[in-house]
Amino acid sequence: MNPLAGYLLVAALLFAIGLAGALTRRNAILVLIGIELMLNAANLNLIAFWRYGSHPEALTGMMFAIFSIAVAAAEAAVGLGLVISIYRHTRTTDLDQMNRMKG
Amino acid sequence: MLEKADQIFVLLLHWLVGFLPAGWQHGAGVVLCVATIVLLYPALFAIAVLLERKGLGRMQNRYGPNRVGLFGILQPVADGIKSLTKEDIVPYKADALVHFMAPLVLVVAVFMGFAVMPMGRNMVLVDMDASLLFFFAMGASTELSIFMAGWSSRNKYSLLGAMRAMAQMISYEVPLLLSSVVIVMMTGSLSLVKIVEAQNHYSWGLPHWYVFTPWGFAGFVMFVIASMAETNRSPFDLPEGESEIVAGYFTEYSGFKFALFFLGEYVGMFGISGLGATLFLGGWSAPFAFLSWVPSWIWFFAKVMAWICFFIWVRGTLPRLRQDQLMNFAWKFVLPMTLVNLMVAALWRFMGEGLLRWVVCSAIVVVVYAVMGRVEMRRGRLGPRSYRYAE
Amino acid sequence: MSFAFYVVAALTLAGGLAAVLLKNLVHCALALTVAFAGLALLFLQLDAQFVGFAQILVYIGAVAILVVFAILLTRASETPKSSEIFSRTWLAGLALAAAVFAVMGWAVLQAAPGLPHVIAAPTVTVQEIGAALMGRYVLPLEIVALLLTAALIGAVIVAMHEKEGAR
Repeated sequence: MNPLAGYLLVAALLFAIGLAGALTRRNAILVLIGIELMLNAANLNLIAFWRYGSHPEALTGMMFAIFSIAVAAAEAAVGLGLVISIYRHTRTTDLDQMNRMKG
Repeated sequence: MLEKADQIFVLLLHWLVGFLPAGWQHGAGVVLCVATIVLLYPALFAIAVLLERKGLGRMQNRYGPNRVGLFGILQPVADGIKSLTKEDIVPYKADALVHFMAPLVLVVAVFMGFAVMPMGRNMVLVDMDASLLFFFAMGASTELSIFMAGWSSRNKYSLLGAMRAMAQMISYEVPLLLSSVVIVMMTGSLSLVKIVEAQNHYSWGLPHWYVFTPWGFAGFVMFVIASMAETNRSPFDLPEGESEIVAGYFTEYSGFKFALFFLGEYVGMFGISGLGATLFLGGWSAPFAFLSWVPSWIWFFAKVMAWICFFIWVRGTLPRLRQDQLMNFAWKFVLPMTLVNLMVAALWRFMGEGLLRWVVCSAIVVVVYAVMGRVEMRRGRLGPRSYRYAE
Repeated sequence: MSFAFYVVAALTLAGGLAAVLLKNLVHCALALTVAFAGLALLFLQLDAQFVGFAQILVYIGAVAILVVFAILLTRASETPKSSEIFSRTWLAGLALAAAVFAVMGWAVLQAAPGLPHVIAAPTVTVQEIGAALMGRYVLPLEIVALLLTAALIGAVIVAMHEKEGAR
């Protein structure tokens, strides 16, 4: 198989797994885990395109991946902080029970 | 002759590998180097444990182990045999797979760090471009093994110890990284080999080690503090404070798995001391120009052992910190200090040669240290311990 | 495609699958770190050394630990009842994910013959990455720095204990 296509397929599958996890699980932390997997799949795409692209010395894909790692770290910190603060109010992390706008 | 002594291990490797057909030589060389590292550090671990028990005994006015062999020098052998023959207990409620994996992950991660460590001239397994980052990445993976150990034991002391250890290691990893970034700024490379080479010059017989500059000295002090916290050594040994939470995250480990944890902890200490020696103390370079005939690997291991002796000395001297003191110290003193140090290093770089930059940079470091120390002391957070009993 | 690629890809996907399928949340978090480690190995295979190590440092060293802390702080580490794992609309979610994968897989396979085959490995030193970060990409770098600071403060404020009576 074409090497680039192999990496892209792995990334697509990982993205689908993450999406399925984020859509089907009830626990808020598991949804965040799914989102992290999706972000990582996107990173794999960026690095694969950088490696097999026509101008790897321009570093565009790699820079994108580095910034995306930084943004994902920030996202994880804020997201988990939100989960903890919601847990403090409602004593649950079950998303199906978080259906009220009033705390 | 002296050249040969310096390169004795490299020559030995080439000689041994020379017996093999050409296609196998590279692979066999790597396997031999890995085997040497995996055998060498447990041997050093045995020496360090004996040194620690004997040294602590001296400091606490007792003999230490003196029964096995002459003056007790065979004590590590006896300990090893004991831990190998002990029953390996897994608690009934424990998560067996995670409980089993935790020590393995720790030992693998700490040994991986040595792959990039220059232990002498030309004595490095992999000289890659981002070796410092590799070392820190491996150090960061040890935290997870500690969580695995603490959680899988299903024991509240284990879990408390693991939570303490993770909080502490995350907090002190930031200053550890930031105090090393100064060196990267000055060398312009993340490669440990290049960092050592950059320090291997002499003027008037004295070396150009980074510790002998204002920013290097401040970074060195911060690095030593953070490395002690990172390896859970006293006075930062809250994760395994015997008097509070039994033995922390390895309370429920026995036999060989406990020995692996013990080994992992000490090998982690060697790793971080070797990194500190490489970054600040010139790695394998000699302390004086007239001593550069001594083989380079002797200097590296002498520096590592001196660092270990310092750890033992500190353990025998300082009492354990309290959790809030530990966190406040990391985030409100060490971290700002390393950030200031980054700016001092940048200033040093742009002021050019001359006496002026010495004066200005030293003044900034000393003033910031004094002011922050005063403020923290006045708040009473870093002051003498006050005991509050359970209400 | 080399043998190593298949092994690492299988490891990554197995880790990802386990992370979303397992019952116990701590097991999910540990499986997630396996997926992260596999991704780091894939980056190394793609000659992106710096990004691979940064992946280990940030994801395994920080994000996984954060997830684990959140699990322990919300008492989610006990295994839930099996009726409470998946949400009521799990079928729709699964169908959506499958559709997304079908579209992306179809697109990749359609384009596969036209994709570039073998290209000599680019030799990018860390120094060049640093120079690019400080030169051409300095504005995104500053924005990310600002974002990280804001996220740090925001996360602390969001997760901080509210004082009694402040509500």
